[in-house]
Amino acid sequence: MTSPTIATAPKGGETQWPLWEVFTQEEAGAPHQHAGSVHAADAELALQNARDVYARRNEAISIWVVPSVTIIASTPEDVGPFFDPANDKAYRHPQFFKTPRGVRVF
Amino acid sequence: MTPSSPQSNGPASTDDAERLATFEKRIAEGGVIEPKDWMPPRYRQQLIRMMSQHAHSEVVGMLPEGNWITRAPTLRRKMTLIAKVQDEGGHGLYIYCGTETLGVDRAELIEQLHNGTAKYSSIFNYPTLTWADIGIIGWLVDGAAIVNQTMLAKASYGPYSRAMIRICKEENFHKRQGYEICATLAAGTPEQKAMVQDALNRWWWQALMMFGPSDKDSPNSAELMKWGVKRKSNDDLRQRFVNLTVPQAQAIGLTFPDPAMRYDEATGDWHFGEIDWAEFKAVVKGDGPCNRERLAARRKAHDDGAWVREAAEAYAAKQRAARRAVAA
Amino acid sequence: MDEQTSRDFFEYLLRLGDDRLILGHRVSEWCGHGPILEEDIALSNIALDLLGQANLLLQLAGQVEGQGRDQDALAYFREATQFRNAILCETPNGDFGDTIVRQFLYSVYALLVLDQLQRCRHEALAGIAAKAYKEARYHVRHSGEWLIKLGDGTEESHRRVQAALDKAWSYTGELFVGDDIERRLAAQGLAVDPASVREGWLAQVKDVVAIATLTLPADGYMQRGGRTGRHTEHLGHLLAEMQIVARSFPGASW
Repeated sequence: MTSPTIATAPKGGETQWPLWEVFTQEEAGAPHQHAGSVHAADAELALQNARDVYARRNEAISIWVVPSVTIIASTPEDVGPFFDPANDKAYRHPQFFKTPRGVRVF
Repeated sequence: MTPSSPQSNGPASTDDAERLATFEKRIAEGGVIEPKDWMPPRYRQQLIRMMSQHAHSEVVGMLPEGNWITRAPTLRRKMTLIAKVQDEGGHGLYIYCGTETLGVDRAELIEQLHNGTAKYSSIFNYPTLTWADIGIIGWLVDGAAIVNQTMLAKASYGPYSRAMIRICKEENFHKRQGYEICATLAAGTPEQKAMVQDALNRWWWQALMMFGPSDKDSPNSAELMKWGVKRKSNDDLRQRFVNLTVPQAQAIGLTFPDPAMRYDEATGDWHFGEIDWAEFKAVVKGDGPCNRERLAARRKAHDDGAWVREAAEAYAAKQRAARRAVAA
Repeated sequence: MDEQTSRDFFEYLLRLGDDRLILGHRVSEWCGHGPILEEDIALSNIALDLLGQANLLLQLAGQVEGQGRDQDALAYFREATQFRNAILCETPNGDFGDTIVRQFLYSVYALLVLDQLQRCRHEALAGIAAKAYKEARYHVRHSGEWLIKLGDGTEESHRRVQAALDKAWSYTGELFVGDDIERRLAAQGLAVDPASVREGWLAQVKDVVAIATLTLPADGYMQRGGRTGRHTEHLGHLLAEMQIVARSFPGASW
């Protein structure tokens, strides 16, 4: 639910467990989707915390946890150069191609 | 860690003016702002203030209801109440994580709660005196929260609105379980009926205060609405809550401690009396029946847990070191 | 089921159910007071698992007894001396280390009992045990992980959790004593003789205690009495709180 953030050193001398991003799979065959995040001291605890926080209502059959610091995200400034070039490649979409009338295989 | 680059507090450059215009246009068009997007510093500050207040409210809100877990009168009620208080903790956690995307640590936010600089909903500074209070809190306090959160699910900040969507889904059962308790008590023995009416009398005005000051006295409201964080005014939401709640009370034979309450044929609204804003301000400032106890309880849990959090961290550090040694 | 077996079985279900009711109640006392939000939520889950098991077991006990008592009548209207939980379950929460030690020692025991019980000849009980078994596996994992973190964490956490282990140890002997009721039922495939899981329990506990760099307490005085209603003074206070509302309004429904 939150977007990936980068954990920082705790402030004011307070210990703070690092942040982990949680991805849950709702059913077999479905993709893992970002559910939210948890704080945990290590991977095992992150997995257990994620289970208790994001799968209390049978929402998941599989969970991934990823240290938030390891997520590399594109930036809003990237929007143009990163994604626009895909715009004019219409031939990547099936609708681009004509099929003779009466052919129903497709 | 700020996902959007730190903002200078100096005089706005032309560049900033342009970005502000783009930002406001995007919000006006119903767009959603994400953590890495440019945002005015004031938007960020307002979100941090509002979201952390909301998260603190969920966590402090665990205390008045948690107070009755060990005394719930049936096993079913006991389990439901634990699940509900647990949800409040989960909701606090979701919103804290959402706030962290704005570049502030949870540890820092919690420190602000503990040292009294951050606020939380005043409703939780009132005591739960009888079992009926658990019903009334579920019905009225969660009912008011749902009215508010349904609006916030459309907030312009992505992480906040996503947290709210998740929370609204989970909260559905809270209000129902509260109303079920109230209905059961209202149909019960004379003592039970008196208990639930007394609880309603004690919580009603406080529930109305949950929507915050009247629009004319709400310094933050206009700005939050301009930026699409809030979509409706405090007074509009309050009226909506009253209109929803009055028929529910009538259905189970409960009355309101408000002689001025009457139905307005013209507007279709339930008119209600004047809220005691002096009391509201006093409790917000820290002078309510349970302010000190609530904060003390939160601080104690945090302080008592320090050695546990440190132990897990020390253990994780040892494991990392051991792995490095193996790898080397 | 003959009359003797039925009486035995009722008694046995009370033991199973009361363990979980009392331990679940204790764990639920943490709700809102945990060391970190994530752990608050985890402890609430464990409490809910245990109370859910208690609910089913006491319901079944009421049916077996056949006197019209349901799970709430059994939970809220019995005196301390009529409770059959192991003493370990009623010990106060103490600090987080005490709670984790209690949870770990009990959960390993519960897991081994439930593992056999899910194949018992009583269909309803086998079903409850199968569900509870899965939950107990998670409880062992959760409390075991924490025992290791606390034992092998900081000096302070090591000291605290070692003290907790030493303190809890004298309540563990009772878990494995077993009596004629359990032996008679076990012979008919209706119960697990707790003596049969002692070795497995000790081996598993030893393993984790060693990984946690803790020292297993020396065998010594073992307090018992929970299974026959001879409890510590703590149980009366727990029940006074738990039963107050239900008992204050006789005949009311909630």
